[in-house]
Amino acid sequence: MPKAAPGFPQRARYLATRRIPVAMPHRNIAAHRSVATSSPGSTAETHVEYRRKFGAFAAQAPAPQKMTTRVKGSTLPAILFALVIVTLVVHVVVIFASGHFAAPGPITADARAVDHQFRLTLYLVGVLFVSTQLALVLGIWLFRDRGQRARFIPGNNALETLWIGAAIVLFLGLGALGRKAWAAVRYTGPETGSLQIEVTGMQFQFAFRYPGPDGRFGRLDPALISAATSNPLGIDPADPDGRDDIVTSGTLAVPVGKPVELLIRSQDVIHNFFVRELRLQQDAVPGLIVPVHFTADRVGQYDIVCTQLCGLGHQKMHATLNVMTESDYENFLKTQAASQ
Amino acid sequence: MSGPVKFRLFSTDHKVIGLQYCFLGMIAVSTGVVLSLLMRYHLAWPKGHLPFIAGGIMTPEQYLALVTMHGTIMVFFVLTTAPQNAFGTYFLPLQIGAREMAFPVLNMLGFWLTFAAFVVLLAAFLVPGGAPISGWTAYPPLSGLGDITGPGEGAGQTLWLVSILIFCAGSIFSSINFIATTIDLRAPGMTLMRLPLTVWAWFFTSILILLSFSVLFAAGVLLLLDRSFGTSFFLPAGLVVTGQLQTHSGGSPLLWQHLFWFFGHPEVYIAILPGMGVTSQVLANFSRKPVFGYPAMVTTLGLIGLLGFGVWGHHMFVSGMNPYSGFSFSVLTMSIAVPSAAKTFNWLATLWHGKIQFKTPMLFALGFVSIFITGGLSGIFLAQPAVDNMLHSTYFVVAHIHLVMGVAAIFGIFASTYYWFPKMFGRAMCESLGRWHFWLTFVGTYCIFVPMHFLGVAGGIRRYADDSGAGYLAALQPLHTFMTVAALLTAAAQGIFFYNFFNSIKNGEIPGPNPWNANTLEWTVSSPPPPDNFGSEKIEVFRGAYDYSVPNSAADFIPQNAPFDSAYDTIPVTPQRES
Amino acid sequence: MTTQPISLPGQPDPAVPQRVYVTGMYLALAGILMFFTALISAWVVRRGLSTSNLEARLELPRALLGLNTFLLLASSAALEIARRGLRADRPETFRRWWYATSVLGIAFLVGQIFAWRAMAGTGIFVASNPDASFFYLFTAVHGVHLLGGITALLIAATRNLRHMALATAARVAGLYWHFLTALWCAIFVLLMVGGR
Ligand code: HEA
Ligand code: HEA
Ligand code: CUA
Ligand SMILES: [Cu+2]
Repeated sequence: MPKAAPGFPQRARYLATRRIPVAMPHRNIAAHRSVATSSPGSTAETHVEYRRKFGAFAAQAPAPQKMTTRVKGSTLPAILFALVIVTLVVHVVVIFASGHFAAPGPITADARAVDHQFRLTLYLVGVLFVSTQLALVLGIWLFRDRGQRARFIPGNNALETLWIGAAIVLFLGLGALGRKAWAAVRYTGPETGSLQIEVTGMQFQFAFRYPGPDGRFGRLDPALISAATSNPLGIDPADPDGRDDIVTSGTLAVPVGKPVELLIRSQDVIHNFFVRELRLQQDAVPGLIVPVHFTADRVGQYDIVCTQLCGLGHQKMHATLNVMTESDYENFLKTQAASQ
Repeated sequence: MSGPVKFRLFSTDHKVIGLQYCFLGMIAVSTGVVLSLLMRYHLAWPKGHLPFIAGGIMTPEQYLALVTMHGTIMVFFVLTTAPQNAFGTYFLPLQIGAREMAFPVLNMLGFWLTFAAFVVLLAAFLVPGGAPISGWTAYPPLSGLGDITGPGEGAGQTLWLVSILIFCAGSIFSSINFIATTIDLRAPGMTLMRLPLTVWAWFFTSILILLSFSVLFAAGVLLLLDRSFGTSFFLPAGLVVTGQLQTHSGGSPLLWQHLFWFFGHPEVYIAILPGMGVTSQVLANFSRKPVFGYPAMVTTLGLIGLLGFGVWGHHMFVSGMNPYSGFSFSVLTMSIAVPSAAKTFNWLATLWHGKIQFKTPMLFALGFVSIFITGGLSGIFLAQPAVDNMLHSTYFVVAHIHLVMGVAAIFGIFASTYYWFPKMFGRAMCESLGRWHFWLTFVGTYCIFVPMHFLGVAGGIRRYADDSGAGYLAALQPLHTFMTVAALLTAAAQGIFFYNFFNSIKNGEIPGPNPWNANTLEWTVSSPPPPDNFGSEKIEVFRGAYDYSVPNSAADFIPQNAPFDSAYDTIPVTPQRES
Repeated sequence: MTTQPISLPGQPDPAVPQRVYVTGMYLALAGILMFFTALISAWVVRRGLSTSNLEARLELPRALLGLNTFLLLASSAALEIARRGLRADRPETFRRWWYATSVLGIAFLVGQIFAWRAMAGTGIFVASNPDASFFYLFTAVHGVHLLGGITALLIAATRNLRHMALATAARVAGLYWHFLTALWCAIFVLLMVGGR
């Protein structure tokens, strides 16, 4: 066997610029010891014997093999790959297209913008998904081992530039398009004259506070929070603004077609306010008051859920968003005010 | 174990430590899978009786404790431990032609710290109150106030934090070791552009570990102080929990999220980069072709790592963070998809005009590509803040994380295991069992995790113990049942793997030192390698790692240490088939 | 370049590539820097986010901290002198200044403890307010790192290292020590300027 032992004269040409001592100390290895003591002779002898004993370096440079060896049985795996991946692709496409598991219809213009962006992404990503998965299947099928010799192709700069460029255009383009829907919800403030409602998360319920006829929220003092005196939010009785505040829990009533601004806060841990039909999630972070706004255009009842892990009642923490006609809304406020 | 590698508990031999990490990873992954099955069982049949559970029926807090421990074990003790520390520690020195890691004692220390961290984490199950319920992300105030916020938030959460701190220290030690070894101990001739892509992946991963785990360490110290010394780094004023006013004041809960995700996002790439490295290596090896675009593959690994430090805000789109920074995080996140896309294309191109041999490692590498595409593309939805408005905290995110790390990165581990097993144990794993394992796992994991996308779009919320909350959730229950059945079957299929693994250590075929006809240096030593790797034989490198099917060469592979006038070049070539 | 030292059974260890220790130290410093950067940015962010105006201005024992800073700078200088001594092959100089470095380092730590006591004396403890928390935290974690450095210096001094190893040890110790000095200076300036 032609052994590629070190020491060829040509070697010098290929040496790296830096020479690095590869050896590291090896203490306390019993195997070393036993060999060393059994053969106190020259360095070379010791080494050879050591190698013989443990059979190291079985192949410094193994004998070249005939190159067209064929590994049998490459058709079945190729078929299976095709089967599994095509099944996957078909199912994913069909189920998404059928809309069977779609989110319920949006009830605000902003939510429709989010839906639009979602669908745009779905189409683009769908095309990429289908085409790359199928390309994988195709490659596996075409180039399975049939005894051919592989071609030596270390790369192709033009091609690589092409798909990196395509990826940049597609992904950054999509990201830029997504700005609009985001900006609509988060960059702009609410329309003037929006109805303000404060949403407070607490373990494990939502409380909603309406400012009452004066349109102003009363001061809150955490020290006054007490379920016993039915003051769950700690409204300061000394503050006249707070006397007419209306607090509800379980139902967030809003009038249809009117701009609403929610002020989202929390009393204890982080919660989240999520209504699928609004396509809107916002964490309720203690110490912060985060405003979000929307104008619901369809009367109905929608689920409000908490999506931020807040403790053992997390999955139970929910309320109802009740979008009402203007007059129902007025009635609602009246009856609530009366019962407080 | 046969061969001269002495398996001593406190060994400083990188090969022994690599195996120790490997077994730790296996114990951890088994624990994590058992926890996930309990979770899945509960999700499908919330009223069902379970033997392990006190009281028979799982309570919400027990469910959340399982979620937390499952996520933590999988992210830290499986995906940081196995692909990087197990296979990296074992094969980095062998692949670069070094005799040892740069700091063998530090190496050992790193392992034992990791082990201690694992024990401390598991201890959280045993303390009063049980394991923490705040998820693997441990957001304060939930995690910062002690057991008034919920069961498991007392001693359990403290143990969790201590475990993470120990784990950070261990990982930082081992990452320093990896980087120094790669920089300083390469064999003569092993220039940077001749390094196997696995080495590049471990190298970049180590940099990510070094820089991100030190930040998690800082965050962990702050949270521990908040919990145990009454400070208020993450706790604002005026918190009222179970009717009690807290004395904390002046802290910011978002600060934890920033620090955590500054670590957390690089962490997910820590999980995947080694898988990407080994996929490149295996695809080239079993297509008998060079890696397509080696320089691009190196650059993209680095770019993914680098950009990974700038995108943490995409986990916080709806957290109340400034919406303008939300958008810039979105743009950065979209741009991280570009190097990932480049890698995907180069993997596909590596197959083109190859000679694909479907050995088990290759099956898993191909599976990796398919699943990484599926899982990565769902990231494109999440990366847009507007769309994330509806998908955040739904099962869509759970689908994404499992496809990219719960499956793709795990497939990286499987590919590594099947690929390197002959080298580590001197025996081969059974191919036909391997094939069964692959097909069942490939189909099974798709069945578990693809439906989660639909669930998420329909509004299924993650970290919900049952569907007793909002009314619409009950309608989604059939999906849960389907996924649970798939999960039980897939997990059962892992039995094949474990049987194959342990049986092959004893009874596997003895395949010789280079069963895959591979080029990299680890295949030039005996299997298992001698304790001093290359010994005094000065290994010398003359070529890149992927010289497969070089025209006019005798064989279709050329080991990296074969000089240019070796047998590989001089034997006349059999005529090449035209294409 | 023909033969390299090889390690064989029963033979003395070959030359360990000393530069791995230097590389390793640079990497460790990168990690430590990241750790402190995280803490410092936490400090900055928290100040920006502060929701309560109840926080009083933090009264630091400025003079004492200034003195400590001086001590630490002096210790760095001492270490430099020691390293010069080693390079000039004057082992006595080296040993003397090496110990001087450790002593100055210990003096710095003692000074920091006095600074803590001064703070505690004014009724400000770790949990009193977030700024105070950060003050105690910065000083504590820096102190722990320095303590590690002092231990390493003393161990290196008592070990009978050969010249090569000693030179490496001095180089590595120098990197670490000067880094900690610079880090402290940065923290000191931040505390002084940021003390509202
Ligand atoms: C291995 C782990 C891993 C990987 C690789 C990724 C990769 C990506 N992730 Fe993922 N992610 C996680 C693990 C991972 N993630 C985890 C664990 C969480 C949740 C944490 C928690 O909350 O518990 C998460 C959450 C998460 C979120 C937050 C969601 C939320 O909570 O609301 C986002 C948002 O942007 C995101 C985005 C991305 C993107 C854009 C990528 C990209 O890197 C993906 C790039 C890949 C591709 C795009 C596919 C391949 C390319 C092609 C097929 C080419 C197409 C062709 C052309 C364009 C020409 N991820
Ligand atoms: C590596 C990461 C990983 C892996 C492998 C898994 C595996 C699985 N996960 Fe998990 N999961 C997470 C990471 C992971 N998960 C994270 C981070 C979360 C979020 C936690 C949180 O919210 O805080 C989560 C949450 C999570 C949830 C959501 C809970 C909720 O929000 O309410 C669910 C629900 O079904 C789930 C299910 C499963 C199932 C059924 C498996 C299965 O068990 C799949 C079958 C498993 C395999 C096929 C792998 C077998 C691997 C081996 C045998 C490896 C051998 C190893 C060596 C050789 C070293 N996981
Ligand atoms: Cu409140 Cu979850
Ligand atoms: Cu991320």
